[in-house]
Amino acid sequence: MQGSPNQGISVNVAATAASGTRENIGTLPMRMKISKVNFYYGSKQILFDISMGIADKRVTALIGPSGCGKSTLLRTLNRMHETVTSSRLEGEIVLDQQNILAQDVTALRRRVGMVFQRPNPFPKSIFDNVAYGPKINGMKGAISEIVERSLRHAALWEEVKDHLHKSAYELSGGQQQRLCIARALAVEPEVLLLDEPCSALDPISTAKIEELLVELKSLTTIAIVTHNMQQAARVSDFTAFLLTGQMIEFNPTPLLFTTPGDPRTEAYITGRFG
Amino acid sequence: MQGAGPISGSRSFLSKLCEGDEIARLVTFIFAATVVLITVALVYELWISSALPRHKFGLHFFVSEAWDPVTDEFGALPFIYGTLVTSTVSLLIAIPLGIGASIFLAELAPPRISDTLQFFIDLLAAVPSVIYGLLGIFIVVPLMRDVIYPALNKPFGFLPIFKGPSYGVGVLTAGIVLAIMVIPYIISVSREVLLSVPRDQREAALALGSTRWESTWKVVVPFARTGIMGSVFLALARALGETMAVTMVIGNTPKIAASLFAPGYSIAAVIANEFTEATGELYTQSLIALGLVLFLLTFILNGLARILIIVTTQKGSKVSS
Amino acid sequence: MAARLRWRKFVSNFMLTLTGVCAFVSVAVLFFILGYLLFNGGTSINWDFFTKLPKPVGETGGGMANAIVGSAKLLAAASLFGVPIGFFGGMYLAEFSGAKMAGVVRYAADLLNGVPSIVIGIFAFSMVVRPFKTFSTLAGAFALGLMMIPITLRSTEEFLNGVPRMLREGAMALGASKWKTIATVIVPAAYRGILTAILLALARVAGEAAPLLFTAFGNRYWSQGWNQPTAALPEMIFRYAGSPYEDWHRQAWAAGLVLLGFILIINILARTILARGIAAPRS
Repeated sequence: MQGSPNQGISVNVAATAASGTRENIGTLPMRMKISKVNFYYGSKQILFDISMGIADKRVTALIGPSGCGKSTLLRTLNRMHETVTSSRLEGEIVLDQQNILAQDVTALRRRVGMVFQRPNPFPKSIFDNVAYGPKINGMKGAISEIVERSLRHAALWEEVKDHLHKSAYELSGGQQQRLCIARALAVEPEVLLLDEPCSALDPISTAKIEELLVELKSLTTIAIVTHNMQQAARVSDFTAFLLTGQMIEFNPTPLLFTTPGDPRTEAYITGRFG
Repeated sequence: MQGAGPISGSRSFLSKLCEGDEIARLVTFIFAATVVLITVALVYELWISSALPRHKFGLHFFVSEAWDPVTDEFGALPFIYGTLVTSTVSLLIAIPLGIGASIFLAELAPPRISDTLQFFIDLLAAVPSVIYGLLGIFIVVPLMRDVIYPALNKPFGFLPIFKGPSYGVGVLTAGIVLAIMVIPYIISVSREVLLSVPRDQREAALALGSTRWESTWKVVVPFARTGIMGSVFLALARALGETMAVTMVIGNTPKIAASLFAPGYSIAAVIANEFTEATGELYTQSLIALGLVLFLLTFILNGLARILIIVTTQKGSKVSS
Repeated sequence: MAARLRWRKFVSNFMLTLTGVCAFVSVAVLFFILGYLLFNGGTSINWDFFTKLPKPVGETGGGMANAIVGSAKLLAAASLFGVPIGFFGGMYLAEFSGAKMAGVVRYAADLLNGVPSIVIGIFAFSMVVRPFKTFSTLAGAFALGLMMIPITLRSTEEFLNGVPRMLREGAMALGASKWKTIATVIVPAAYRGILTAILLALARVAGEAAPLLFTAFGNRYWSQGWNQPTAALPEMIFRYAGSPYEDWHRQAWAAGLVLLGFILIINILARTILARGIAAPRS
């Protein structure tokens, strides 16, 4: 049952074929496909031959110890790695059958949104934060409706509806992060990337956001990096485990956490390291 | 650090004094106190040496256009006007150029190029006023006369600000020279303030599908807005106090005119030109009164600037909660 | 949608290029100034410039020997006056003072720093020229020294504070008294930064003409001693440039070249000393 993770998804399909009730990743449509990705900062290689898929309208979690490359991998999905000049990507990343590396990056980033580790609202009002994306992208429809819709999706509307013109910085940390989620949702992305979104938050805010994610997947495909395994187990449908830049295992979440295919995965989730 | 207080009575002040540390403390204290004394003396001196015009003219001093040593009528208005107009013109030129350059240096240029260019800009700030004046007289003045004036006066001469003849010298010329002198200040401070904006502000904008310009102009620059304003105040403070370059190209005429091509006078320039020739106490003290006005203006601006710059750089560290 | 995106990208590239142009123009001004000075000044510099006195008005030839010496005297005296006050004052702030006094001193220094140089000249006139009833090198040096104080003071405080605690505590643990620690350990550790600041202050006042106009005043001959008016390079540039004589213009360029050369060399020297890894505290 040792999956050789770098040989693509088919092996995992075989591994899960026996588990009738679990989702068969082979038949699910892939919103994004990552094939044989190698990534370098200058001469240092960070990611080695990664291949996986991001299933449509599902939550995919990337877990692993610090430094394993999970955030780096996430950031390639909307080409944020290009903000660092020494970065170099080899391989193919596909969104809806189009190679994202060949596309216009500005257009791509509207389709693949991102929420960051620490809440980073703009120095504007709550309203203007959410309205920023729709405005610059010239989205059709009344901006105020878009803003309200996004804030509702982010479970923040009730708390801020009477204070839309206050500064975003007056919100608490958890609220600011939900604001950032609303901001990202406002441009109606096909995929939403979240890079350890709760690591700077208190447990209550964290729980709120976890609830949110499960509801959001009907709206948009989600990929989340987390160092909190329990969170991955609670929230995601599929989990990928990375270790020192390599994809060790990629499986439906229940499978990975109960019967991990690789001893290293097992060691990590049982807390023997990381 | 402090002596243990009156209880340690066994060490008298004199015996402590003989110890090096107390001497050092006393000596350095004297020097530090001297600084305070000098500053107080300066303000005091300015105040009492401008008493005559204050008593004779009162607040009328600020709105009077007269400047006649013969009849002993002195008013500050032409000089305040000239100072303000040249400074405004200089800012109108320097702000867009300066902010544009600082955006390039902070957002676009690779660190090594950014640092090298900043080095050269710091050197620009070190060029003394007289040399800018030299270049003003022999380059900007002919340029004004032969190129800029015809270009502006022919098509736009009906506008009051572009009316009238040009002698090359004048308020606009001074404004241009001042702009060059003041740009380095805007660039240095704005660049630093822009560099202190947290990375993830820019990344958040990009992640929403902004172009690089949109992320810079609509997110990063607004974030640094207060500090950039601080740099403008600093630049303005510098422009107000500039003496030599302005004196050499402004035309030294204590008249208020609407046209930018007209010669004018600034507070610093009139003091520079007429102080040693001022006959009579009222004349001299009126000039000193002008100096006091200038001092107050720059004092307020510098204070505001400092507050603004501190507020921005603190914001950068506060926001990433 | 694609059209809108194309437009946005065009705007982005255009504006970003424009900022590059702004940066280029700003820096180009420096090279333009240098080039112009080199050209006009270089052709006017000759041995006479450095050795001869100014000729009477209207006659061609002569030089600015007295102005060069005058500037040197002014700078030397200004440093003797301003640097110790700034240095020991800064030392007081860093090593001895309580918070309140420190705030007052710092505020005074910042205030002094912001005073326009012409107003400093007025103050020096009142304090030195009036009592002594003559324009003098002393008065000019007083004015320039005043301008050197704030920079020296703030930098001394900054760099003394920047010396790592470990160094300080190591010396005191060996039984060194406070002033000995300062003199033998802290100042040597911070001297580079302080020296740089002093050099930069010197370069700044070397070019100042405004405070000299009614203190040192100017002199077409040698200035004897310290209590006579003296010529100085910046002041001569001012007078010659504003004159109607071609030959004087030529000499003004030469003086400009010498002055700027001196200032730039000091600046570059100071900044490269600074760049050579001193513990420069980020304030």
